[in-house]
Amino acid sequence: MENFIISMIIAATPLLLAAIGELVTERSGVLNLGIEGMMLMGAVIAFAVANSTGSSALAIVAGAGAGAAMALIFSVIALSLLANQPATGLALTIFGVGASGLIGQGFVGIALDPLSKLSIPVLSDSTALGRILLSHDVMVYLALALAAGVTWFLYRTRAGLALRAVGDNHDSGHALGYNVIAIRYMATLFGGACAGLGGAYLSLAYTPMWAENMTAGRGWIALALVVFATWRPGRLVAGAYLFAAVTQLQFYGQDWGLPVPSQFLAMAPYVATIVALVIISRDVNLTKANAPACIGKPFRAER
Amino acid sequence: MIVLEPRPQPSRALALLSPVIAIGLTLLAGGILMALMGKPPLEALRIYFFQPFEELWMWITLPEGEREMWLYTPAEVIVKAIPLALIGAGLAVCFRANVWNIGAAGQYTMGAIIGGWFALSAPEGASGLLLAPYLIAGVLGGMAWAAIPAFLRVRFNANEILVSLMLTYVAGYLLDWLVRGAFKDPLGFGFPQSEDFQDAFIMPVLVEGTRLHLGVVVAILVAVALWVMMGRTMKGFEVRVIGAAPRAGAFAGFSRDRTIWFVLLLSGGLAGLAGAIEVSATVQQLQPQISAEYGFVAIIVAFLGRLNPLGALFGAVILAISYIGGENAQILLQLPKAVTGIFQGMLLFFLLGCDTLIRYRIRLMRPARG
Repeated sequence: MENFIISMIIAATPLLLAAIGELVTERSGVLNLGIEGMMLMGAVIAFAVANSTGSSALAIVAGAGAGAAMALIFSVIALSLLANQPATGLALTIFGVGASGLIGQGFVGIALDPLSKLSIPVLSDSTALGRILLSHDVMVYLALALAAGVTWFLYRTRAGLALRAVGDNHDSGHALGYNVIAIRYMATLFGGACAGLGGAYLSLAYTPMWAENMTAGRGWIALALVVFATWRPGRLVAGAYLFAAVTQLQFYGQDWGLPVPSQFLAMAPYVATIVALVIISRDVNLTKANAPACIGKPFRAER
Repeated sequence: MIVLEPRPQPSRALALLSPVIAIGLTLLAGGILMALMGKPPLEALRIYFFQPFEELWMWITLPEGEREMWLYTPAEVIVKAIPLALIGAGLAVCFRANVWNIGAAGQYTMGAIIGGWFALSAPEGASGLLLAPYLIAGVLGGMAWAAIPAFLRVRFNANEILVSLMLTYVAGYLLDWLVRGAFKDPLGFGFPQSEDFQDAFIMPVLVEGTRLHLGVVVAILVAVALWVMMGRTMKGFEVRVIGAAPRAGAFAGFSRDRTIWFVLLLSGGLAGLAGAIEVSATVQQLQPQISAEYGFVAIIVAFLGRLNPLGALFGAVILAISYIGGENAQILLQLPKAVTGIFQGMLLFFLLGCDTLIRYRIRLMRPARG
């Protein structure tokens, strides 16, 4: 059980990182479906930097930068050129799969040392609780800190209020004097950086290596998590851990002797995503209360 | 400062020109990418995009007897374009209704699975007449898979983008399980693959010496039929109104739910048909890899074709050329397959960017003061 919880926390981290960024993006009224592509670019660039410099700190920053650079492409096309947001996001994913595959072709088969784990004498290893809470790498804590920071930012700061206002009604936000496009650019870049971090986590810590398409749909699951959390950061953390628990079934299911073929266990996270979406979406009041009203709608200042 | 100024009317000329500009920009950016990678840019672009045309030209100009071999590559382009056109035409209708089915890859896989199940369970020496029910089985497989997001969207308001996409992974694992279990060829040396389909379930080849098969006729008929439906029938009007102005559609008595069902079943059925046709024409058995990525690339096809089913034929040929070019470049330039994805992604970026010009004029303006 202890191992299950530890591996659940690890599996939740990339989902949480990518989803918390997308939550901010969506709260500003932008729907970026390109998380998968941004994560893959974050993963491959972080791996490349770690492999050539040996510095994990630099690699983490580079992963975030790669994700943000991808988000910038999205922003120019979808925000400045007012293109269809779902289509632009899909293009970002297709491009990211290709570009990461090209960049990563020389890295296939190389293994890295995983990110070093926190180790406080006595506390980190003497009790089960210590091992569960205090024996992870820096990004596990970074993800939780980011979620807390986003909560504070969205609900306790003026800038967060402006971001939510722009997402709910961009015309009113504009009339109040907010620069809608600038706010959306920043929110989208933040989302990209977080997705890049999520990708970096996969290639630096989760499985410290590079493989084509190594995200395996996590970017899409992160998108679903935002809906599942009804755009609230607190519920997002809970959702990410819940989903990670389901994902881990495929690895523990066979150990526990579940009489189910491995393919069906591997389907579990995707089926669980659908079930979760249905449960949340059927209650219109629950989704409508927090869903940004202007999500996916292009904005152009009339005057 | 550059500002976008709305045009009084969308420009029809630019609507048709935009894909051409986008293709041009993709070639330019692709050339720069090739140069950065240390490959000769013009040679690389020739291999990627123009070789099929050159070979077609050889076939047209050379005399009988010498020209036959030059038809193979152009025919391969059409073979690749067939599934892309079928899926893309369906998605064009779906996107027009503002319904985002991006799980065509899963519906394609289910078409192949259900079609394959039919073909594999047929008795030895099956009649060639069974090809039609085989294809219908593929359509039904795709429709069944698309019915899930349709039902969940209409009944529970669940986002069809995410549901259809998640089902793509589920279909992939289902196929994997089947070809390692129930459908596995007992004489297949343990490989995860089914028995070869009987001849009855193989798409007939139309031109000897190539792999060009009957699917091309199916794809063209489907595209024309959908084009007529969208432009000339009440159903097409309903789809367009619901997509552009759902409230107006409601006042006109059109049902949004019925449209969601219709476009998802239509696009899913066509994706399933594409899956059944593709496995029957190329690999002729079920195996874990059946090119399900066509389901994603067909999204680009639909946009390149202006969300018009006839345009999807054009879009499918362009994307098919990039696939064939990618395969040639792998051999001739040692370029990885991933480059094809970069080209395809860039093409959609440029296309979406250029489409802005249809509705807006670009104006240079001094920043307003005061």
